[in-house]
Amino acid sequence: MQTVFSIAVDALAYGMVLFVISIGLSVTMGLMRVVNLAHGAFAMIGGYIASYAARDMGLGYGIALMIAVFGTILIAIPIERLLYRRIYGAPELTQVLMTIGITFCIIGIANYVFGPTLKTIPLPTGLQGSVDLGFRSIATHRLFAILCGLAVAAVLWYAIEKTAFGVKLRAAVDNAAMAAALGVRTEIVYAVSFAVAVGLAALGGVVGAELLPVEPYYALRYMVTFLVVVSVGGAGSIPGALVACLLLGGIDTAGRYLVPEFGEFFFYLAVIAIVCVFPRGLAGRTR
Amino acid sequence: MKRTILAALAALAMSGAAEADTIKVGVIGPFSGPFALQGKNFKAGIDAYMALNGSKVGDDDIEVIYRDVPQADPAQSKALAQELVVKEGVQYLAGFYFTPDAMAVTPLLEQGNVPLVIMNAATSAIVTKSPLVVRTSFTLWQTSTPIAKVAKDAGVSKVISVVSDYGPGVDAENAFKKAYEAVGGEIVEAVRMPLATNDFSPIMQRIKDSGAEGVFAFLPSGPTTLGFVKAYNENRLKDAGIKLFAPGDLTQESDLPALGEAALGLQTTFHYAVSHDSPENKAFVEAAGKAIGNPAELSFPAVGAYDGMHVIYKMIEETGGEQDAQKAVDAVKGLSWTSPRGPVSIDPESRHITQNIYLREVAKAEDGSYYNKEIQTFEKQGDPGLAALK
Repeated sequence: MQTVFSIAVDALAYGMVLFVISIGLSVTMGLMRVVNLAHGAFAMIGGYIASYAARDMGLGYGIALMIAVFGTILIAIPIERLLYRRIYGAPELTQVLMTIGITFCIIGIANYVFGPTLKTIPLPTGLQGSVDLGFRSIATHRLFAILCGLAVAAVLWYAIEKTAFGVKLRAAVDNAAMAAALGVRTEIVYAVSFAVAVGLAALGGVVGAELLPVEPYYALRYMVTFLVVVSVGGAGSIPGALVACLLLGGIDTAGRYLVPEFGEFFFYLAVIAIVCVFPRGLAGRTR
Repeated sequence: MKRTILAALAALAMSGAAEADTIKVGVIGPFSGPFALQGKNFKAGIDAYMALNGSKVGDDDIEVIYRDVPQADPAQSKALAQELVVKEGVQYLAGFYFTPDAMAVTPLLEQGNVPLVIMNAATSAIVTKSPLVVRTSFTLWQTSTPIAKVAKDAGVSKVISVVSDYGPGVDAENAFKKAYEAVGGEIVEAVRMPLATNDFSPIMQRIKDSGAEGVFAFLPSGPTTLGFVKAYNENRLKDAGIKLFAPGDLTQESDLPALGEAALGLQTTFHYAVSHDSPENKAFVEAAGKAIGNPAELSFPAVGAYDGMHVIYKMIEETGGEQDAQKAVDAVKGLSWTSPRGPVSIDPESRHITQNIYLREVAKAEDGSYYNKEIQTFEKQGDPGLAALK
């Protein structure tokens, strides 16, 4: 019984870290219909900025986190205006080719500027160490990641489903021409959504850095995992992504504990099964 | 057909060499991509050797030609080696970070009449694939065997082994198991984790549940070691008194700044620490640090490359610049010298390097940086892995 609890706690923590990093991708892919393979690269930029701010400039963790999120958005704005704007509504292959190109450029630049070694983001004393849960202990920063994930899920769900902006966004996604005719400035809606998605990527990069350390190949190394989360959850669905992360985190963690020899076999077996039954993901919208 | 072309070109290269002008050495390694740091270390080691010993042997100029294989890719490695021998006319092949890449090249050696000096690839079997292979790095058997004795001496008699599930990981597991059982220890469980593991918490929980008093771990140096060491601390294995034993890949110098406090006190066995206290190493670290740009990036492949160049220089000296692979290899059998890592020699039987293996502990220097502090020496270790192959 203790083993089951133990796996559940690890699964929750791992799933929520995945959620924080992947949800931005779900927004770009589901709501903006852009297959953004550079998502991991933006998460990595966030990680690098936070690491530089916290380690080299000696700023606090919270400030470094804010600088990372807004700094990444600042970097992403010209990229959106010059490059992404051309591929909204373009065929998926075009989007894939361009965003993977951007990814390789960012990897090259990161390698040149920061070098190939691992970068860490020093945690504040409050997040260091571990908390005793009675039957086992868990790292404090994992609890922090779980809280971040829950907060992000709640805020995003509210913004998309309950606010005027969310209504405009959904309208622009479903029929851009009609929304524009009704007076919705679709360009601004898209630009804001893109900024939010990039900001979320940066947040995930910083919060998840303890699990997925920042180094130049971060941008590609974990991209498959992020894409799997989005396709299993259903692009654009917040609850879908949340369920997918918890499910996949659970399967991955249980497999790793009980039969590590099988590697990621069960993880991908589950992915295949889910995608067979739900081709649009657990909570995907029909187009 | 291929053979005749190769032979003809080899003959051509030989006649060229007889005039004694430029001798080319082809080095294959990962110079771009995720393992670029290791390739950079190769280059730093080679540059350091040439800076300290000159770029001439006798009257012959030495020219090093680099070829890039970013990830383990035997087919590309073989194609590049062929190109180096046939088109560039190299007399020596060297480098190789990954075992499969080195294995793919061994069949070319006799046809091309070139010796192969391995500067890293650490699987025991490579030297048996061709009599023209010499290795100046280490094997996992070599670095993992002494830690078994360390574990036993520390009063730990039950160990769980946890390794990454790929060739070198399996080598490390077997090496430790054999050595540990020989001194009377018991392996309670042997876990092989997938290479792409990011979250090590479940593994740590399993280690706890196994009831072992210590854990033997091997992971390739790089991003995963950070996650592993952190998970080891965060899941309070250290506090629970479960000791961690590992070969030095886990505390590679270039990863230490990132590992920081988490790695403090970790004990590993390895053939080289950048902190090794000797005049030879001081000169090497200074020259290689200059070559690599940022001295904090200096790590073990550099010393493998440095000694590899020493062996190649010796080969060129003994053959007088003539291309004769067998003569060159025979000339370095039994060769012994003082390397930056300590006294070493080439075992005439296996053509693998015999060297000291050191027990090191991660310690904090006065300036706040972390380093591997050597605390015990296991002298003149050969490669026990070759005996296990037979």
